[in-house]
Amino acid sequence: MGPWGWLALASLLLAGLLAVSGRLPWRWRRRLGRLGFWLLLLLLFLYTVFPFYWAVVSSLRTGSALFSTELWPRDPAWDNYLSIFREQPFARNTLNSVLVAVSTVAVSLALSVAAAYALGRVSFRGRMPLLFTILAVSMFPQIAVLSGMFELVRAFGLYNRLGSLTLSYLVFTLPFSVWVLTSFMRELPKELEEAAIVDGARPLVLVLRIFLPLMAPAMVTTGLLAFIAAWNEFLFALTFTLSTEQRTVPVAIALISGASAYELPWGNIMAASVVVTLPLILLVLIFQRRIVAGLTAGAVKG
Amino acid sequence: MATVRLEGVWKAFGTNMVIRGVDLAVEHGEFVVFVGPSGCGKSTLLRLIAGLEEVTRGTVRIGERDVTELPPYERGIAMVFQSYALYPHMTVYDNMAFGLRLAKADRAAVDARVREAARILRIEELLDRKPRQLSGGQRQRVAIGRAITRDPEVFLFDEPLSNLDAALRVQMRIEIARLHRQLGATMVYVTHDQVEAMTLADRIAVLDAGIVRQFAAPLHLYHHPADRFVATFIGSPRMNLLSCRVVGEGESGLRVEIAEGAVLATTTRVEGSAEIVEIGLRPEHLSCGGGGDAELAGEVVAVERLGGESFVHLVLPQGESVVAKAPGGIEARPGSGMRIGIPAGAAYLFDRDGRCLPRPAFE
Repeated sequence: MGPWGWLALASLLLAGLLAVSGRLPWRWRRRLGRLGFWLLLLLLFLYTVFPFYWAVVSSLRTGSALFSTELWPRDPAWDNYLSIFREQPFARNTLNSVLVAVSTVAVSLALSVAAAYALGRVSFRGRMPLLFTILAVSMFPQIAVLSGMFELVRAFGLYNRLGSLTLSYLVFTLPFSVWVLTSFMRELPKELEEAAIVDGARPLVLVLRIFLPLMAPAMVTTGLLAFIAAWNEFLFALTFTLSTEQRTVPVAIALISGASAYELPWGNIMAASVVVTLPLILLVLIFQRRIVAGLTAGAVKG
Repeated sequence: MATVRLEGVWKAFGTNMVIRGVDLAVEHGEFVVFVGPSGCGKSTLLRLIAGLEEVTRGTVRIGERDVTELPPYERGIAMVFQSYALYPHMTVYDNMAFGLRLAKADRAAVDARVREAARILRIEELLDRKPRQLSGGQRQRVAIGRAITRDPEVFLFDEPLSNLDAALRVQMRIEIARLHRQLGATMVYVTHDQVEAMTLADRIAVLDAGIVRQFAAPLHLYHHPADRFVATFIGSPRMNLLSCRVVGEGESGLRVEIAEGAVLATTTRVEGSAEIVEIGLRPEHLSCGGGGDAELAGEVVAVERLGGESFVHLVLPQGESVVAKAPGGIEARPGSGMRIGIPAGAAYLFDRDGRCLPRPAFE
């Protein structure tokens, strides 16, 4: 029986104990409950972290060691990490991903702040239908818009250029950002805007000097989510780019080839995956508090 | 010289007429208070002066200028909001300097104006703080300071004290009165608190359903209300209204019968014909235990004891209720009977349309 088995058995045992715990003294019941809570947490933690851990472990193995099921690599080696940068244009792919993700975030934030001001603050006919149309757009599966988007990309002459990706990623980052920022903008007190108008602020000054600083938490959240979406996107990236130099990381990883047609280079793929995931983890950790602040904004008056 | 003139001003939100033909002239340096029940349009009227709402019909003049079509920042006004509306991400200094900086004033002038305003309001030591680090009273001072730095011709206050607790409200009320004396500027102030209105105003405009019912000095409103609405709105607790009928005319004025056998010789005279249907009596003019020029008998239903004074709630045999002010230690128990004395000059007489008949002031 492996470690999973033991864990499952322990949980079962605990569940049984809890079931009969009505007879136990209150103090014991509470201890049991707390133990159960931590056990559950451990289970959840292992479940979510294990795949990534396995990727890290595999990336440190070469040759036949890749087929080992041991939890810890016997002699870890960095060969895979070196080879993805030597044998593939992986540095170039990473740069592409950074360019695409950053430009997507920048454009979608700029557009959605302006849109949020209009949708959240200016009342005009058809505002609600427009808002719901925007939300509805984000419900379409990517594959449904793929061919239409391809025509657009061709029409703009962006095929096999990074610009095609920025353009197409806006399709799914914009609805979300607009929706979140609009509801955030609505929460900001009307009197604040009026005070600024009395002070002589025109709409642009109002958005830049009053609303923008106040919306920073929401913008960090939506910006980060847009970044992650653009960073991980595969289907559009595969369709709209052709040459290796224009590829972004997810496509590049999928197309990493071994020395021969018979070799599937798991080690390299895992190393590449780890390399592209780490920046995301870092970003999330850095902005962690802001994200929570942004997601719960408006729930309680600040 | 900043006067404010509203000429035939109407305002509709959709099909809902909120302001219905207001003519009003605020003189230079005057402190005018708009007061009225919620929904009467007093805030809307202030926002029309500010330019935050557009008038549907009519003209707004500030000084000699027609500002009807001008945006708020070109009207020479500054506004203090109920929620203070301080910019949360800016320091107190930046909050106060924001308007001047947008107007491209030079650094030294901005600095001088901000520090002068801070000195007037005694908030110099708060200049580097953010709004969230301030108490309610301090925030209110900063909001007023922001208005002062703009050096406006007219100050507009939209219920500025209603977010403060009672003790602070009294303090800020005195502060605002001092500020008005010190700056000598024209101020228009909206409140639903009649104590604020009575203590601060040079003149009060009483609004109801989008119309100015009466525009006069506080004590004039108290002694010579135009109609039932103003009479009951000004004064606390509110005026008692009892049905009555005229039974003759005496030497001093009309004789009215309030209840069976209770005939009061009022000091009100009537010219021509007027159908008097109601008499208004202020609680503070009634004397518990009887006396005065006429007496009413009733049953005590409740006694509110505030320490220094008490309010006795009675119900009369004909079913009408009366509140009377009494000394703090009055002997009164719910269920017991009590006689109420009415002095002759205390009566306000109303005709069928609710108009109040002209009467001499009663001290």
